[in-house]
Amino acid sequence: MAAAILRTEGLTKIYATGSVEVQALRGVDFEAAAGEFVVLLGPSGSGKSTFLNIVGGLDRASSGTVRFADHELTTSTERALTLYRRDHVGFVFQFYNLVPSLTARENVALVTEIARAPMRPEDALAIVGLADRLDHFPAQLSGGEQQRVAIARAIAKRPEVLLCDEPTGALDSHTGVKVLEALTQVNSEIGATTLVITHNVAIAEIADRVVHFADGRIVSSATNAHRRPAAEIVW
Amino acid sequence: MSVLRVKLVRDLLRLWPQVLAIVAVMAAGSATLILGVGAYATLAETRAAYYERNRFADVFAEVTRAPKALGEEIARIPGVAAVEMRIAKLAVLDLPDLPEPASAMLVSLPDRREATVDRLHMIRGRSPMAEDEREVVVSQPFADANRFDVGSRFAALIDGRRRELTIVGVALSPEFVYAIGPGDIMPDDRRFGVVWMSEHALAGAYDLVGAFSSVHLRLMRGASEAEAIARLDDLLARWGGRGAYGRRDQTSHAFLDAELKQLEAMSRILPPIFLAVAAFLVNMTLARTIALEREQIGLMKALGRGDLEIGRHYLEFVAVVAIGGAGLGIAVGTWLGDGMARLYGDFFHFPFLVFRRSPETWAIAAGVTLLSAFAGAAQTVARVARLPPAEAMRPPAPTRYRHGLVDRLARRLGLRQTLVMVIRHVAHAPLRSLGSILGIALSVAVLVGSLWVYGSMDLMLDVTFQRADRQDATLGFVRERPLAALGEVGALPGVTVVEPFRSIPAKIRNGRTERRIAISARAAGADLSRVLDRDFRPVELPKEGIALSDALARILGVGVGDTVEIELSERNRRVAKATVTAIITTYLGLGAYMDLDAAGRLLREGTALDGVTIAYDPVREADLFAVLKTTPVAAFVALQKRAMRIYRDTLEQNLLVMITVYVTLGMIVAFGVVYNFARISLSEQGRELASLRVLGLTRGEVSGILFAELAILTLAAQPIGWLLGAGLAHGMAAGLENELYRVPVVILADVPATASGVTILAALISALVVRRRIDHLDLVEVLKTRE
Ligand SMILES: Nc1ncnc2c1ncn2[C@@H]1O[C@H](COP(=O)(O)OP(=O)(O)O)[C@@H](O)[C@H]1O
Ligand SMILES: [Mg+2]
Repeated sequence: MAAAILRTEGLTKIYATGSVEVQALRGVDFEAAAGEFVVLLGPSGSGKSTFLNIVGGLDRASSGTVRFADHELTTSTERALTLYRRDHVGFVFQFYNLVPSLTARENVALVTEIARAPMRPEDALAIVGLADRLDHFPAQLSGGEQQRVAIARAIAKRPEVLLCDEPTGALDSHTGVKVLEALTQVNSEIGATTLVITHNVAIAEIADRVVHFADGRIVSSATNAHRRPAAEIVW
Repeated sequence: MSVLRVKLVRDLLRLWPQVLAIVAVMAAGSATLILGVGAYATLAETRAAYYERNRFADVFAEVTRAPKALGEEIARIPGVAAVEMRIAKLAVLDLPDLPEPASAMLVSLPDRREATVDRLHMIRGRSPMAEDEREVVVSQPFADANRFDVGSRFAALIDGRRRELTIVGVALSPEFVYAIGPGDIMPDDRRFGVVWMSEHALAGAYDLVGAFSSVHLRLMRGASEAEAIARLDDLLARWGGRGAYGRRDQTSHAFLDAELKQLEAMSRILPPIFLAVAAFLVNMTLARTIALEREQIGLMKALGRGDLEIGRHYLEFVAVVAIGGAGLGIAVGTWLGDGMARLYGDFFHFPFLVFRRSPETWAIAAGVTLLSAFAGAAQTVARVARLPPAEAMRPPAPTRYRHGLVDRLARRLGLRQTLVMVIRHVAHAPLRSLGSILGIALSVAVLVGSLWVYGSMDLMLDVTFQRADRQDATLGFVRERPLAALGEVGALPGVTVVEPFRSIPAKIRNGRTERRIAISARAAGADLSRVLDRDFRPVELPKEGIALSDALARILGVGVGDTVEIELSERNRRVAKATVTAIITTYLGLGAYMDLDAAGRLLREGTALDGVTIAYDPVREADLFAVLKTTPVAAFVALQKRAMRIYRDTLEQNLLVMITVYVTLGMIVAFGVVYNFARISLSEQGRELASLRVLGLTRGEVSGILFAELAILTLAAQPIGWLLGAGLAHGMAAGLENELYRVPVVILADVPATASGVTILAALISALVVRRRIDHLDLVEVLKTRE
């Protein structure tokens, strides 16, 4: 396996809301190789989103370390985290979080304008199969199309890391497959290390590796013998 | 407490900063109303009480010399309640510590009885003894300005003879609330005072034993003033009567009245502006709150709450805010009104203040505030009440943006997407954006509409003192003198130029419109005291006819070529006709001007002078003043530079208070509008802004989006604000204008600049307050939820 680009050690996260403390992560050791496609599975509340957010520089760990290439995220300033997200990370969420007042192309341009070596927004949208929807506003697109715009927006900067939190969660099976196809295609075309959280065990088959979360820990990690193409997945 | 009430309280607490901003704007509206009306009511009430308690006269007349026996006939005029015959004369004073000559109105006090009219309000000391010719009572402002007290002494030239006087009392009189010296336009308490002496002493000095030179009447309630004036004129005509007049033409009353009317006028101009802004803010805030609460509303309806109940819930929210605003406004307005009344009370030297509370005004303020708030809420609340529950529980259709002009422009200009976002957001809710622009513009307008007065004052002073009346001093003679007096004055130390004038008391008439004026007659070629045309250029007075000030011409409804009727107040009230031959620009009083020779023809006599205007060598000023103080050349000496300084100081002092209040209010409006807009915009776009942070935009870049939106609105508002401000300035000028002075509307460039600076500052402050919220946007939270 190639050298790990992403590595966490002893990652814990404690949420203190009032008098109650919730331990969302209880020591997560994880690594991913450059270009690897990893699916994160696990019951609701097992800490997957918390993990992804910390890895993506959106949230901070209570203890432990996160390294991305030669960046130490745990000790980074707010500004350094912002730059990390800006330069290296692409996010896709369950709710697409598009800017309603911007068209598909403009939503993507939002990122390419500030990225260091971006693709053209049109090219990013072509990768996710939306070359003919450039000038549509989010309200004029279906859920799956909106999610694909979000993916195009996430990949247009050619990120080293692509983080997806339940990207198909709000979509029906048919549309979901299209989104997964887009993700695997992007993974292979730009070589981004891709982490995808899902509830859907079926989806795991498209990954290089499947990591199981339970109660704030990684309980298993298994490499798929062979990856199935997204188009063959049904659920 | 019902659940909806609990929700009401929670909503108010949750939205407190926005609620506070609206309350502040509403409070500004009702406060300006209460302040103006309250201060006016208190001062008007005080004046009425003062007039009544001290029996201020209703009708006044001056006469050369009339026998006191005439008093009985005067008393028989229908409606006359009291008659006081007195002696009133102007005299030059020589005050120990004042280099300039001062002057006084000497007024007789009846010996051994109290006056029936215009009673003194004694502050200290006592009345003069009838036998003692040196004892005097002086007016309090004059005493204070000169640090005189009982026992102080000064000298007066009484009928040409110097007399040492001793102060035995200090008093106030309703007759001299606003004590303006002859030739002056503002009270100069140092140089002009009222000196009351025993009638015995004055009659002896002026050879008026058994006679009087002034008569004041009090009328019975309901009596006809016009008839009393006409009858009095008839009686006094053969004794050199100079025309009786009512309170309207009594100097002190007229000035006082003008000031109070201005105060009242101000309270009508501003409140509507604040209330309109408040209505808009209510509308904007409520619309957003309700948009966020759609699902709750649907749920409440599904649970069986009626449309009316829910509508009422939101109206209650508005009512609480409005009552809060009105309440705060009434409290602050009453407090400011009392302060303002005290300020004016001090300025006028009222002996006491009768604070008047007018609950009816409070009710009006509260009612109008509620009404404007409900007007702002009506549409939104009606929509809520009509919303079918099923539809309400569905999330609102996603905001649909459309392609338009903006896109093409943005693409052409290659604008950043964040800026495109801003422009689309502003353009998407045009009414709200326009409303905000208008709100900010109104705050600019309030500032422009108050700050311009400084420039206006400068113009007025420049025109009056530098271009028109450029003399160093005006000397008023004790009595008419022949032309030869010119040479005599010219020989005084330091005098370089002497120009004659004549002042002719008259009534000027066109049809039924009539004004009591003094026609000012000047020699041809006068270079000190000039008259100006519309463009402030000096013009030669026509050899024939009469020149009217633009204000007087407007009141009479005449123009060049028209004929007016002139009734001479002296000379048996002979009526003559005169053609209007020029229109003159003045800002003070109702002026009418004639060539000196034309005036002689009008009076059917040779040229005589009432006084002169002079220019003198400043190096020899002290010598000149010494002569004027000790020899009976003039009955009064008006000094232009000093008058101008006092005028400026007094006005600036009064304006400072007003300007401070208005600038504060303007800032409140700007802050309130921008803050509410920013909060609502943040509430609508918070999720997008957070997701931009996720994408890697910095805090600065994300705040920049909201700031750009605020900047667009604030900048767009400026030119509109300048225009509205100019309109407001004209409204203010109309409110400030009266027959005593006119206020030219000039708006110099620094006025809009300052106004814009102040509003932009207020906008910046509110933007910075909101920025703290943007910096603390929860990035993770927005990702979990659909809006
Ligand atoms: N902001 C927060 N405050 C308090 N507790 C939280 C917060 N976010 C997540 N949690 C808790 O942390 C645990 C892990 O949550 P999460 O990472 O979202 O799980 P998953 O994504 O696997 O469903 C849960 O118990 C959740 O309730
Ligand atoms: Mg999750």
